[in-house]
Amino acid sequence: MEPLLKVENIEKTYDGKKVLNGISFEMEKGNTKVIIGPSGTGKSTLLRCVNRLSEPEMGKVILDGQVVLDKTVEKEPRIDLNAIRSQVGMVFQNFNLFTHLSVLGNVTLGLTQVKGMKRKDAVERAMIEIDRVGLADKKDAYPALLSGGQQQRVSIARALAMDPKVILFDEPTSALDPELIGEVLQVMIKLAKEGMTMLCVTHEIGFARSVADEIIFLDEGKVLAHEPPEQLFSNNSSARIRTFLKKISELYGGE
Amino acid sequence: MEFIQLFIDSLPRLLQGLGNTIVLTALAVALGIIVGLAVALAKAYAKGPLRILASAYSALFRGTPLLTQLFIVYFGLSSIGIVLSPFTAAILAIGLNSAAFQAEYFLGSILAIQPGQITGAIALGMGRLKTIRCIVIPQVIRLVIPSWSNELICLLKYSSLAYLIQFPELLFQTRLMASKNFRMFEMFIIAGVLYLSVVLIVSHFLRKLEKRLRIPGLGTESTF
Ligand SMILES: Nc1ncnc2c1ncn2[C@@H]1O[C@H](COP(=O)(O)OP(=O)(O)OP(=O)(O)O)[C@@H](O)[C@H]1O
Ligand SMILES: [Mg+2]
Repeated sequence: MEPLLKVENIEKTYDGKKVLNGISFEMEKGNTKVIIGPSGTGKSTLLRCVNRLSEPEMGKVILDGQVVLDKTVEKEPRIDLNAIRSQVGMVFQNFNLFTHLSVLGNVTLGLTQVKGMKRKDAVERAMIEIDRVGLADKKDAYPALLSGGQQQRVSIARALAMDPKVILFDEPTSALDPELIGEVLQVMIKLAKEGMTMLCVTHEIGFARSVADEIIFLDEGKVLAHEPPEQLFSNNSSARIRTFLKKISELYGGE
Repeated sequence: MEFIQLFIDSLPRLLQGLGNTIVLTALAVALGIIVGLAVALAKAYAKGPLRILASAYSALFRGTPLLTQLFIVYFGLSSIGIVLSPFTAAILAIGLNSAAFQAEYFLGSILAIQPGQITGAIALGMGRLKTIRCIVIPQVIRLVIPSWSNELICLLKYSSLAYLIQFPELLFQTRLMASKNFRMFEMFIIAGVLYLSVVLIVSHFLRKLEKRLRIPGLGTESTF
């Protein structure tokens, strides 16, 4: 069977420096993959290349049979990027909610503006997802009055409402106070178990251990390891990986 | 007593002038919003020639006196065969001039929007135009109202320059009547009171609008 997401040989340079140096991986439908690695190794950049928020110089991305990016051919076929992006959910470290819209407004905007849904259907759909992240009672609240954990759950609902084929998470809990991390991770674990396809940059080792099918260890723009958590966390990993894992489990408290 | 009589007698003519002032200001402001917003968006987001054009526009209209611009539009254009009525010329000159200043206010507000929200919208698949329409403009309007109120008040007063190309606005009517009844001092005081009243009313409604559009938890609500 064809993989749902196929990323091939991505190369991206910033200011003459190769930030991504030939990254390839595949994701099956329903899989959860976690990307870890030291700061500045290109994790965010890699996620952004998947829906072309950043433009790599080389490589190829295929989502569910659709060409998202193809730098291997002289002339790329016509690609409707907005249509592609509407199938790829994205959850950011800083939530990136629309501050002038209520929770409901944030979740319905993509439905009415991108999917062309009628207002009434959009509200109905949005409420299902807002309920799913446990914020039905906050549907009329504005982002500025919500806690970080609540804001992040809204942004997950916003992504879910679009019925994405895959959701990209970029350190979704890094900006949260420790006591708020749990509520967001719980939602993510639930999604993973329900079969959502998820590509997550996170340092939450507990999350990675419990739900990741595979972990990609990125270092200086290269995939250093790509294997199931049991294997990565075993003692067979390279010294570089073990040092890093030890450091983050000190920082983030392991399990 | 005598002053009140003068006030009552001159009021119809002055109100007619005031009406013209208000219509002129309203149309110039509307033109200024449309052009100003376009210039601001080009300055913030466009690349290449469009951006240069926008910067040149700003520099030109902010760097030369409004009166010069008014005379160029009215007398200058008519000398090359484009004859505009004083009304049209005044709207064009004052509106285009105001656009350059409004663009700066708009630009400031555009740059105050957290860039992450734009990324969020683009990642949803909204594209640039929908992002500008649904995210940027609604937020800019809210952010810009306080500084923009200031511009509106300035414009109401600067519209009196249209008197110099014979447009019968408030100051024009005041002068005309004063030259007949020789009550310069009183007439200009009455005109001043009329300007002031409009400014106060307009400010009041803009403050109300600002409050109405305010998003809970956002903005500059005083905690003092
Ligand atoms: N827009 C940009 N312009 C120039 N350089 C950039 C840009 N974005 C990222 N970089 C550089 O690319 C490298 C990789 O950045 P990236 O944000 O992808 O790293 P990361 O692995 O997500 O790091 P972190 O864990 O700190 O989030 C860094 O050296 C960064 O300075
Ligand atoms: Mg990052």
